Amino acid sequence: MIIELSEAQRESQSGFRDFVDRLVAPFADEHDRRQEMPPELIRQVAEAGYLGGVIPAQYGGSAMDAVTWGLLCEEIGRGSASLLSLLIVHGMVAQALIKWGSEAQRQEWLPKLAKGEMIGAFGLTEPNIGSDARNIETTAVLEGDEWRLNGQKRWISFAQVATLFLILAQVDGKPAAFLVERGRDGFSTEPINGMLGFRSAMLAGIHMQECRIPAANLVGRVGFGFSHVAGTALDHGRYCVAWGCLGLAQAGLDASLAYTGKRKQFGAFLKTHELIQELIADMITQIRAARMLCYQAAYLKQQGDPSLIMETSIAKYFTSRVAVKVSSDAVQIHGANGCSDSYPVQRYLRDAKIMEIIEGSNQMQQIIIAKYGYQDHIMNQRRQRSENSGSKAE
Amino acid sequence: MNIEEVKTKAREFVSQYLNNEEVDPDVDLFATAMVNSLFAMQLVLFVEKEFGMAVENEDLDYENFKSVNAIGAFVCRKLGLTAAA
Repeated sequence: MIIELSEAQRESQSGFRDFVDRLVAPFADEHDRRQEMPPELIRQVAEAGYLGGVIPAQYGGSAMDAVTWGLLCEEIGRGSASLLSLLIVHGMVAQALIKWGSEAQRQEWLPKLAKGEMIGAFGLTEPNIGSDARNIETTAVLEGDEWRLNGQKRWISFAQVATLFLILAQVDGKPAAFLVERGRDGFSTEPINGMLGFRSAMLAGIHMQECRIPAANLVGRVGFGFSHVAGTALDHGRYCVAWGCLGLAQAGLDASLAYTGKRKQFGAFLKTHELIQELIADMITQIRAARMLCYQAAYLKQQGDPSLIMETSIAKYFTSRVAVKVSSDAVQIHGANGCSDSYPVQRYLRDAKIMEIIEGSNQMQQIIIAKYGYQDHIMNQRRQRSENSGSKAE
Repeated sequence: MNIEEVKTKAREFVSQYLNNEEVDPDVDLFATAMVNSLFAMQLVLFVEKEFGMAVENEDLDYENFKSVNAIGAFVCRKLGLTAAA
C-alpha cells in the first residue's frame, strides 16, 4: 500500500498553494469583514481554471482527477472557507449536469461554467425545509413548453452573484431538478448578511413567483431530482467540504505553531508549555487522521466504487469536527488575541461551525454512518461464515 | 455473463442494504422503507462499476431499478446480453 501524491499532483498542489498565499489568504479577513467576495478574485479563480476543475476537457474544463481536485479544495479551504463554498456550489451544479444532464444541456452550460462565464448555485434548502429535503415546498408545473416555478429557497451560497441555479422542486409530489438562469421573469434574490461564518459567501434567499423556464431545463427526469440529481451534487459537495475542512484545520494549526513560537508567557515561549504542546499534538494527530479519510474517499471516487458515498460521508463528518476542534483550540491558544479580528483564527472557528451543518448536517451523517456500520458488520459475518465453510470443505 | 449472473450479483449487492436478508427478486426496493436516500446513487455506482457501463440521463426510469429482476433486465438490455449467453 502506497499513499503518495504523483509528481503531477505535487506540482498542482504547489500551484494551488501559491495562488492561495498570494491572492486569497492575505485578504480573507477583509472579505469576511465586508461580507463580500470581490468579482476580481472570482475572475482570477476562473482564469486559473479552478471553476472548471471537475469539468471534462471536452467541455472546456480542467478535468482534474479526484485527488487533485481534493488538494485544490484543501488549499482554498486553508485560505478562505467562503471562497471554498464557491467551488463547492459551482462544482455541485457542474457535477449534476455532467452525470444527469442531456448532451444538449452539457454542451450549452458546461463550457460557460468551466470558464466562469456563468456562476452556479445550488437551490435545495428552503425557509421551512433543511434536513428534511424530500419535503421541499417549491413546486413546478409543466405548461406547454415551459415549467412554471413557485417557491422560495434560503441560505444559498453565492446566490447574490450566481447566474445559473440548480433548483429542486416538486412536480405533482415528485422531486425534480431544474436549471434556472438569473434574469428569468419571476426570479429574484435577496442578500443575506450577518451570518456566523461563510460571511463572504454571498448568501441569498431566492424567490420564484410564476417563474417560467423552458421545458428543456429539466435535469434528469421527474421523480429523480432528489435521489439522483441532488444526490450526485450533495455527494460532490460533501467531498469538497471534507477536503476544505482539512485545509481549514491546517490553517488553525499553522497559525498556532507560528503564534506559540513568538508569544512568551511566564518568561518562556508558549510552545515550551506542556499544556500547549498537548493541544498542538492533538491538532497534528487529528489532521493526519482527517487527511487519511480524505485520501480514502479520493481513491474510491477515482474507482467509482459504490462505497465512496458512505466513505465520503465519514470523511465529511470527521474532518468538519476536526476543523471545529482545531480552530477552537487555536482560538484558545491565541487567548484574547484569538477572539479579535486582528487574527484569523476566530474566522476559522466561525467557518468551521458552518461546515458541520452544510451538505447534510453532522447529525444526518451520524444516522447514515451508524446504519452503514451495521450493514458492514453483517457483511463481515457473512464473509466469515463463507470462509469458514470453505475451509471445512477443504 | 448472462442475466442470471447479473441478477446474482445485483441480489448480493442489494442484500447488504437489507441486513443480509434474502431478497425477493421482484420486491419493490423503493416502495418500502428498506433503503435510505443514498441507496439510489450507490446502486447506480454499483451497476456502472460491476458491469462496466454508464447509467445515463435516459436510463432514469423507475422500472430499471425497482427490483433485482428489473436491474438484471436493465443491465442485460444495455449490454446486449441474452438469458442464454
